[in-house]
Amino acid sequence: MSKLKYALYTGCTAKQSTPELLSSTLAVADKLGIEIIILEEASCCGASHLQDFDEFLAHVLNARNICYAEKLGLTMITICNTCQLNSAMTKHALDSNPELKARVNEKLAEVGLEYKGTSEIKHFLYALIDEYGLDNIKDKVVTPLSNFNIAPFYGCHNIRPSELHHGSNGGENPYMPTSLDNLIDALEGNPVDYSHKNKCCGFHVELQANHTSEVLAGNALVDAIDNNADMVVTPCPLCHLKMDTYQDDMGKVIGRDIELPVLHMPQMVALALGCSEKELGLNFHVQKATQIVEDASK
Amino acid sequence: MSNDKRKVTIKAWRFNAQTDYLPYTKEYKMEVGKDELVLDLMNKIKWEHDGSFSYRRSCRHGICGACAIKVNGKSVLACKQNAIELLDMFNNEITLEPQSKKRAVKDMIIDKSDFWDKHAQVKSYVVADIDPRPESESKQSIAQFNALLDADLCIQCGACHYACPVLEVNEDYLGPAALVAAFRFSADTRDEASKERLELTAQPRIGVWDCVKCYECAEACPKEVNPIEKIGKLHNMQFEQKVAQSNVATRHAEGFVRSIRKHGFLDEADIVVYSEGYLGMYKHLKTAYKMMKSGKIHWQDGVPFIDSMPKIKNLDEVQKLIDISMTNKL
Repeated sequence: MSKLKYALYTGCTAKQSTPELLSSTLAVADKLGIEIIILEEASCCGASHLQDFDEFLAHVLNARNICYAEKLGLTMITICNTCQLNSAMTKHALDSNPELKARVNEKLAEVGLEYKGTSEIKHFLYALIDEYGLDNIKDKVVTPLSNFNIAPFYGCHNIRPSELHHGSNGGENPYMPTSLDNLIDALEGNPVDYSHKNKCCGFHVELQANHTSEVLAGNALVDAIDNNADMVVTPCPLCHLKMDTYQDDMGKVIGRDIELPVLHMPQMVALALGCSEKELGLNFHVQKATQIVEDASK
Repeated sequence: MSNDKRKVTIKAWRFNAQTDYLPYTKEYKMEVGKDELVLDLMNKIKWEHDGSFSYRRSCRHGICGACAIKVNGKSVLACKQNAIELLDMFNNEITLEPQSKKRAVKDMIIDKSDFWDKHAQVKSYVVADIDPRPESESKQSIAQFNALLDADLCIQCGACHYACPVLEVNEDYLGPAALVAAFRFSADTRDEASKERLELTAQPRIGVWDCVKCYECAEACPKEVNPIEKIGKLHNMQFEQKVAQSNVATRHAEGFVRSIRKHGFLDEADIVVYSEGYLGMYKHLKTAYKMMKSGKIHWQDGVPFIDSMPKIKNLDEVQKLIDISMTNKL
């Protein structure tokens, strides 16, 4: 297999509240021999909120990010579902609407850039599965995750709207997604089947509709707990932040005790590939997760 | 004509609200051909297995919206959804369910009154003083029609409404279908109630700011109306038409520009302080303490005049692009 090389769009959370996401992503890439170039010029994707305020501005900023991946001639990989969605939506809008593309390029020309539409945009999860390959990952496992029942939480913005994502997510069925389950399998963990795996975590209304947010996240975690999960794993840092940080609040709202570690997808892979504790960064979790390293080798 | 028929066992959720204490699932063996629809499966159950099986059906042409149900949680219009495609999607194991189990009257038939109430709330019609005996039609140009962005294709089947997780938690929320209608009539140049509708859809708990952005509605719609796109347009229109009031949700949206202009990145601490205001921060002190303890945030984050934020390279480009591209104001 020729060496894989990607332009990494980190997004904002990996640079701030979830440094463990960035360190574990880079550690996994390093172990697998995947070359990563971080797009240090890339700005925030707007996270759907900038889009609510000013859709055109959001397209301009996202197109600018993609320009930097195009300059490198690389596929842009994301490590956040919401970054993936907003970048892919801009790409789709510009590639299918020449008039909009021209209007955006008119702005980009002012800073010496041009959006061409030559780079693919893919979440790291699907780069690992569809391009690196599950069998190849399996060969590199040094710490099988067989001690754990792992509940995959897919996160909305990687699987819906399916029409937008199908070109980059292996045709994932949004009503019965399998990619994370298959990855857990490849790492010899036990995937937990539960009905909330493809549901919403409520992150995006955390501030203005707190009750809704707590109920959605709480129901998902309780469903995972009731199906004997030892941990949840998600490819989205926003799902992670919601589900990791607010467990006591959501527990109060829905009337259940909730204590469950929530891992980022690359942390789970890093654990199985034998990356260091520092690279895993489990100490950055609000819900205690550091014991997982020891539990893995019991 | 292919004679290849697939032998399958179809499950159906059964319940009669008048006589049953609990719902139950029944299995029906049948053969399914490549051109058959989910509606054909329901007809087979009723005509060949159990005449009491109940569902709504009318046009059989994907236009009346009566036969919408769910299959394995997926919203489908029974007269449009190919059965083999669906069987392939779910490894031949499918269960027919009503759109909303808690609203079930009999089997697939639900009480849709909540859906119609929300439509009435947004005045889903053109509000205009028109001559009751007009001399000619009130014509619309192609451009005026295109501005409706296919919102007019909605058949009120309820697929998006009963796929929306917010409505399960917050019964005041208008939901995707009514919000599509609110957009459709507010975008109509003949309409005179668009400000009133925008004000309604700007209200907390009721309007667009309670959308969780899960895209379940976009996935569910059998007519490809893409409801969340219209919800996004309503967000934009609230700012364009100066209906948006300064509150936690609107400041959160607008605050992204402030952060991106300063750092390129979103300043996660600042956006919370900016959206809530300093007085509103008391709600977040416990969370901030937990996040600080685990090293997710730092004491100086969100404190004015201390800039500990990482910056993107070539930030000046982003600042210039904001200056020349932004059109809306809060």
